[in-house]
Amino acid sequence: MTTGDGVAVRAERVSRHYEMGAAVIRAVDDVTLEIRAGEFVALLGSSGSGKSTLLNLMAGLDRPTGGAIFANGRNLSELSSLELARYRSRTVGMVFQSFNLLPRMTLEENVELPLRLAEVDRGERGARVQEALERVRLEKRLTHRPSELSGGEQQRAALARALVNRPALLFADEPTGNLDSATGESIMLLLKEIQQKLGMTIVMVTHERPLAERFADRIVALADGKLLTDGVKS
Amino acid sequence: MKAGDLGELALRNLREAVLRSSLTTLGVAVGVASLVAWLSLGIGLQALATKRLSNSGLFDTVIVTQRRNPQSLRRPPAESSPAKNSRQLDDDAKKELERLPNVVEVYSQVRFPTEVRYDGNPYSTIVAGIPESARGNGSFDGIQGSFFSGPKADEAILQIEFAKDLSTQPSNLIGKDLIVRYAERQPLSPQAGSSPGGSNADLDKGGFSIVPREKKLRIVGIIETEPAAGFGGFGSGRLLIPLEVASSLRAAQVNDLRDAVRATNGKPVYSSLTVRAKSASLVQGIETAIKNMGFGTFSLQDATKSLEVFFRIFDMLLFIFGSLALAVATLGIINTLVMAILERRREIGILKALGAADRDVRQLFFVEASVMGFLGGVFGVAFGWLVGRAVTFGINLYLKRQSLPSTDVFSVPWWLVLLAIVLAVLVSLAAGLYPASRAAKLNPVEALRYE
Repeated sequence: MTTGDGVAVRAERVSRHYEMGAAVIRAVDDVTLEIRAGEFVALLGSSGSGKSTLLNLMAGLDRPTGGAIFANGRNLSELSSLELARYRSRTVGMVFQSFNLLPRMTLEENVELPLRLAEVDRGERGARVQEALERVRLEKRLTHRPSELSGGEQQRAALARALVNRPALLFADEPTGNLDSATGESIMLLLKEIQQKLGMTIVMVTHERPLAERFADRIVALADGKLLTDGVKS
Repeated sequence: MKAGDLGELALRNLREAVLRSSLTTLGVAVGVASLVAWLSLGIGLQALATKRLSNSGLFDTVIVTQRRNPQSLRRPPAESSPAKNSRQLDDDAKKELERLPNVVEVYSQVRFPTEVRYDGNPYSTIVAGIPESARGNGSFDGIQGSFFSGPKADEAILQIEFAKDLSTQPSNLIGKDLIVRYAERQPLSPQAGSSPGGSNADLDKGGFSIVPREKKLRIVGIIETEPAAGFGGFGSGRLLIPLEVASSLRAAQVNDLRDAVRATNGKPVYSSLTVRAKSASLVQGIETAIKNMGFGTFSLQDATKSLEVFFRIFDMLLFIFGSLALAVATLGIINTLVMAILERRREIGILKALGAADRDVRQLFFVEASVMGFLGGVFGVAFGWLVGRAVTFGINLYLKRQSLPSTDVFSVPWWLVLLAIVLAVLVSLAAGLYPASRAAKLNPVEALRYE
């Protein structure tokens, strides 16, 4: 899903400022960025650089205080709360550093949750859940709860949940941050596989340059809320 | 989100916090139980009072009198011409009254002073004639002994206070005989024959003489409360006999002298007639019809309305008292849901990140609140009913010890069940308004950051 010119998401002079008393925190400051459909982009930066804030803005979880973000052919800033929720539900898939699976639900129920929110018919849900779990090779752990899974498995389950609505955009916020390097690598391989097989646009936040260099098509570096460099890997 | 999914998620959330949800639901149940118990008490008492009053005959009767010319108060009635539209209350009028729709019966009242002889001792009292219809109208519920074996039986029923005058052990009187001494009217004129009801019918232009008579009657029953069966009726009678028997005695009545001077040419005239309606609600229509016929009427319709107003206010007060507990339960729901927001802050963030709209989150909390309200309502109705049963049991135990007839002071009609459950759900939804709105407005980014 693109804006019509092969661009999946475009941020135009986007800012996200927070007022903390008299002080103004410029989490994202005047960033312009274009992500092409099917691209695997890594937002690289140290803690507090604004990369997660920018990701949240592009994922429709937050609204910019300045500028505009175009996705799915529409300016996200102008969408109503309900339309933004629909955008998150139907266009976006999200993966978090801390997995964010609901502990009281089984794997199957966790993965089914976005389908419930998107009001997908019950009859269709089973197959969709199965397909998503097969893609992350967890199809045999349907009835397990998150606490019964390893960190890597939980992140794979979170990935299945992000994929189950077949989104055009996958946003991953430090997906390997809570994992050891070997497990982290397996998750990255999975993300890469998904990008290549499904042609999905992936935007990943990371502070690990080697990981970004190895798996991303393009690295966008941020510091203090500003865009430092934006370049396709050599 | 679809309704089914909302319901499933809400139930799952409630199950997760089963202890807190149960305690909150219990709070609602106690509130509803209090409401149901108080209201069912009000409704029960109203039903009891209405039944007693209805049985008493106070509210389903109309007393019909001849409409008087006001000037007749200053002139001798016999000389006065009948007032315009005024009619004689004679046999024709009685038959006409009997033909009115919704009229059960029409009878003249027979009540006269007497001296009763029992066990050799004299006792003064008032004898009242009881129509046969009184057998089934509830006036004689709780009678010791039985009602008259027939409309012409030479039998008597004693009011308990009079029975106590006759014997220290009133129940022993049943089956015993007593003698009633009374003054019989005998017509002076040969034209005067027996008359309908034997009442004032003899009082034609010839007048009457008084002859002392005696009548032996068998005591068949004793009643605790005095049945009124119409406020001018046999209410003041302490010795009750069948109306037909009372009429056949042709006993001189209190109003005979007054009616004697008012008598009209050759036609028997009643001083008053009692018209009994099918139900109290039909009295007004009958009264209007009788007035249109040219008679004066009197009923206790206004008293019935006052009683209704009294019970409405009484019920309202009970509702307010009962609602206090429900109000406290409402705070419990608010507390539970606000706590749930704090606990599930991160979960709300996840739901929003996955595509839940504010509306979905709000509805989820509303469903949780309404489920607690519904369950609380259902259990509350059951608790309230049980409380009512327990109190009724206790009251009846006490009444039994006091040798009084048992009664049911609680009534839980179907509409109260529905009202209580609907109210519980509505109150719960209202209680969920603030928490649901707060949950819906949570910023997903902040919520996801929450540990």
